[in-house]
Amino acid sequence: MHPRREALLAGAADIAPILIGVFPFGVIAGVAAVEAGLRTLQALAVSPIVFAGAAQLASIDLIGHDAAPVVIVLTALVINSRMAMYSAALAPELPGLGRWRTIVGAYLLTDQAFAVSIVRFAEKNEGVDLKFAYYFGAAISLWTVWQISTVIGVVVGRGVPEEWSLDFAIPLVFIALVFPAVKDRGTRVAAVVAAVAASSFTGLPLHLGLLAAAALGITAGVVAERGR
Amino acid sequence: MTTFSPGAIWVIVITIGVGTFLIRVSFLALLGRVERIPDWGTRILRLIPAAVLAAIAAPALTHATGSFDLGTVRFAAGAAAALVAWRTRNVIATLAVGMGTLWILQALV
Repeated sequence: MHPRREALLAGAADIAPILIGVFPFGVIAGVAAVEAGLRTLQALAVSPIVFAGAAQLASIDLIGHDAAPVVIVLTALVINSRMAMYSAALAPELPGLGRWRTIVGAYLLTDQAFAVSIVRFAEKNEGVDLKFAYYFGAAISLWTVWQISTVIGVVVGRGVPEEWSLDFAIPLVFIALVFPAVKDRGTRVAAVVAAVAASSFTGLPLHLGLLAAAALGITAGVVAERGR
Repeated sequence: MTTFSPGAIWVIVITIGVGTFLIRVSFLALLGRVERIPDWGTRILRLIPAAVLAAIAAPALTHATGSFDLGTVRFAAGAAAALVAWRTRNVIATLAVGMGTLWILQALV
């Protein structure tokens, strides 16, 4: 087999177990878009345009609550700001990609594709072509599963009766995501302070409570880490 | 249900999409011209997911009815789901226990 194809398939195979957990998350993102009142075409378009699970869910939820557009955009971008970290970590691994592979690679960047690729790059010293092929194999697999699962969610969301309370799956997904994000003392303090603050700030105008609580949590996390 | 016009929603979604792409492409495109992220930047970026995700999840459980109330079926179901998420870190198990608990409690209460 051609080594580049081999690397691509290895990327797809390595991310496959993670995709099982991505699938229900995508379905819920589709359901959420319908619940928020988006038209079918818009509900379908969010996934290819934004392609970022937590930010999609949070912004759709805020759209459903008629939050101020600036707050909605800011919240989504704050959630996605972590990707600058991945971008910075991948850049020295993938030098000289050229314009198109940089654009495609950046568009497809996710937590999961980054995680499997950075492990592979540390283990195997390959040329940039093979590294990119591996990354692309992982990233495009996740993209495909995300698009299919959100389409299913949009279709399901249209047909499920209200008594099923499927909207509750949205906070559940965030609960499922927050625990893996808590890795040490700093992240734990950040999460606890942000949670308490967010529940205290629900009265703030423009749905600013979320951003204010996150800022407070991050500050507390920085202080907690400095105290070590 | 939103009262935003479809046009307004397009603008919001596309702005988020463009902004997210710029974040993703940032260092991949700038390599060689820009130094790496300073340490204080990495420290803050590392904390963002935990803080933001917790800030989104908490009020949905503590304010399920619109005002503060820890006696709701949603708070109980969310607490059960949180326990599962903490112990297993499994998305499907968390969703199953959360939704299952909610449905059982709704049928009972």
